[in-house]
Amino acid sequence: MSVSVAEMSVHEPMAPVPWRILEVRREVADGEVFTWRLRPESGDAPEARPGQFNMLYLFGVGEVAISVSAMGEDGSLVHTIRAVGSVTRTMQGLKAGDVVGVRGPFGSAWPVAEAEGRDLVLAAGGIGLAPLRPVIHGVLARREAFGRVLICYGARSPRDLIFRDELAQWQARDDLDVRVTVDRGTADWRGDVGVVTQLIDRGGFDGRNAVAMVCGPEVMMRFSALSLHRRGVAPQRTFVSMERSMRCALGFCGHCQIGPHFVCRDGPVFPYPVMEPAFRVHEL
Amino acid sequence: MNELLEILKGQTFFQGLGEQHVRLLTAGASLRTFRADETLFREHEEATAFYLVRSGRVALESRLPGRRAETFMTLGPGEVLGWSWLMPPYRWHYSARALDETHTVHFDAPVLHDCMDRDPVLGYALYQRFAALIVQRLQAARLQAMDIYGGGDVGLGG
Repeated sequence: MSVSVAEMSVHEPMAPVPWRILEVRREVADGEVFTWRLRPESGDAPEARPGQFNMLYLFGVGEVAISVSAMGEDGSLVHTIRAVGSVTRTMQGLKAGDVVGVRGPFGSAWPVAEAEGRDLVLAAGGIGLAPLRPVIHGVLARREAFGRVLICYGARSPRDLIFRDELAQWQARDDLDVRVTVDRGTADWRGDVGVVTQLIDRGGFDGRNAVAMVCGPEVMMRFSALSLHRRGVAPQRTFVSMERSMRCALGFCGHCQIGPHFVCRDGPVFPYPVMEPAFRVHEL
Repeated sequence: MNELLEILKGQTFFQGLGEQHVRLLTAGASLRTFRADETLFREHEEATAFYLVRSGRVALESRLPGRRAETFMTLGPGEVLGWSWLMPPYRWHYSARALDETHTVHFDAPVLHDCMDRDPVLGYALYQRFAALIVQRLQAARLQAMDIYGGGDVGLGG
């Protein structure tokens, strides 16, 4: 009897399933950020909700938690990875056709349904745009269900911007307000310079009736939350995605624990008030 | 004058000011438009005004000897530009250049100083707003200086 990938994920959550890389795309010039489209060797990818992550296992090297950055249309899933550690640097060298192990999807999701009928503010910093991209795809598929949609995206420099083609498409739409800024401009950069919080400070949404989703470095999320709250967004309608060193992804090992919360099981998406105390603790 | 009054009343920066004070502010205010690439003011020049950006964008630039002017911040609609008019030596510490066609409200500093001297309640209210603005920009500058995207903790991406 054959067992589907979805069943494997439920019954054997610690066992990686072989998935094949169908396509590799360089997101930045030096390839430090890259996107994989993957599909299980047998069957379709299990359904993943926006904000969830998979554990990607490079056999003999190690395993890392990576958010889903898009749902493929052909039974595949998409992950966007930044080469920052030994596992992800080795992953950088893989090509289409190579096989990796996958466990998941795991974790909580962005509360997209809660944003229906309200304005939606998405604030992303660096590769933090990747876990929010499925939210944008979902919103665009049912655009009429939401009020104003504001996407604020900050990156280190113009060369670090990811999903450039899609960003241009989103910016060309009348029904999205897409604001992009970089910390450091270049001679040919005509866009905004400054931190992403400034884009939120410019407003253009009804804070009292808005849901906000924020993903990026913790310090960026903390200051973005401050800007959102200044603009009237309720803390309980502000959501953040946390990153910690995940190991089991099941809430057993405690590697990703923040106070009483396991980021892998209870998160990575949390209401801001749940994580706010952790933002004030040094070296947590 | 009425047009200016309505514009100022709708700006977040002036929220909480009584109508009488907003009316006083219009005395030294005028609408100014800058073409793309036109300079609003230059580093080291006397700071005789501040601006409220209504539409368009402005780049704040600093020039180091032997290097091109470097943009360290851009400002957009609803944002206030310039606080050097508030304190000695009353000189701009950077240059400002319009990136797009930019519509602003220009506030004349000598008129403002006069209003604030004659009405300390207005003076205090303006200092409060500029202090908050300076804190906000300082925090932003610190975040920029921290190079927050250079580390590893960035959204389950690696």
